[in-house]
Amino acid sequence: MFFEDINNYQLDVLKELGNIGAGNATTALSQMIDKKIDMGIPQVNIVEFKDLADVLGGAENPVVGILLNVEGNINGMMMFVLEQHSAHNLVNLLMNRDINAFEDFSEMDLSAIKEIGNIISGAYLSSLSALTNLKIISSVPYMAIDMAGAILSVPAIEFGKVGDRALLIQTDFGEGQNKVYGYFILIPDIDSYKTILESLGVSLEP
Amino acid sequence: MNLRTNVIKVGMADMNVCKSPHILTTLGLGSCVGIVLYDPVTKVSGLAHIMLPDSTQIKNNSNQAKFADTGVKKLIRDMVHIGANEKRLIAKLAGGAQMFSFNTTNDLMRIGDRNVAASKKILGEQGIRILAQDTGKNYGRTIEFYSDNGELLIKTMGKEKKVI
Repeated sequence: MFFEDINNYQLDVLKELGNIGAGNATTALSQMIDKKIDMGIPQVNIVEFKDLADVLGGAENPVVGILLNVEGNINGMMMFVLEQHSAHNLVNLLMNRDINAFEDFSEMDLSAIKEIGNIISGAYLSSLSALTNLKIISSVPYMAIDMAGAILSVPAIEFGKVGDRALLIQTDFGEGQNKVYGYFILIPDIDSYKTILESLGVSLEP
Repeated sequence: MNLRTNVIKVGMADMNVCKSPHILTTLGLGSCVGIVLYDPVTKVSGLAHIMLPDSTQIKNNSNQAKFADTGVKKLIRDMVHIGANEKRLIAKLAGGAQMFSFNTTNDLMRIGDRNVAASKKILGEQGIRILAQDTGKNYGRTIEFYSDNGELLIKTMGKEKKVI
């Protein structure tokens, strides 16, 4: 019942990690596409499973999920989720195309989305690694496009082993009207939460 | 008697029961499994959306609907409570997909398969026959169970609907 027991101070630390990670991820994207990208203030929330898919427009809303397995001093998963509309905006931003063309993704687009997810997630994880001084190794990225509920079942099951809620970090970035809304879900196993918090000098005793 | 048909939503790690003519649904099943139990005589129906195979492997196991083993047992109790006969119950299963194609043998990643296997095991132990199933593969499913005729409708993204 980890998120049920967590105190405000510990939560603030996790939120701040989320903020810094999302900021670094956006910077990485900006450098890659060589464009200035505005970033909103990331929102960090603890969400109950039954409400998780609602954040992404409902359980049946099509989304793109990019998942990396995390190893090293901590174990778990890292997921970056985009609504299909945002995924289109992201590809168009990258490929310098007409932003209104929402045709089906080509193979090239899918590959680009996967790589962006990989870079963004990697930047997030390296900032986490730098802050905590922990060794964090990520796997190759895996991507799936399906209903939000189905994609989110994967991290939800991992959270489900320790509680009934998930830690969700929402970020938005983009240029002008062409906003991209992305969500980070970091899913360390229960021991890794302890490792992360302790590496920052935060005691887990209430 | 109320003849209006209600659609009753079942969320993740949740369950519900109903009588005819109501409909039970769960949206966007991924690696979780939707377990439908049905008494064809009284038409008492139940749906559990389980996330994990085994409650005994997890410390925090107070939510019975989250696990295949405790979920099925509670679903039977709740159905008997509103008039089902335990001996007549039959089952239909959907879900248990592997959403990401990991090239790993890590058991942890094959959670969909494990959820399906655990669901079958507990149903076998309870003496409940599985009439139909649509499990595994790599895509999400939305399911609707019609208590008036015992049909389970399965919807997926970009594929034809099917009834099992």
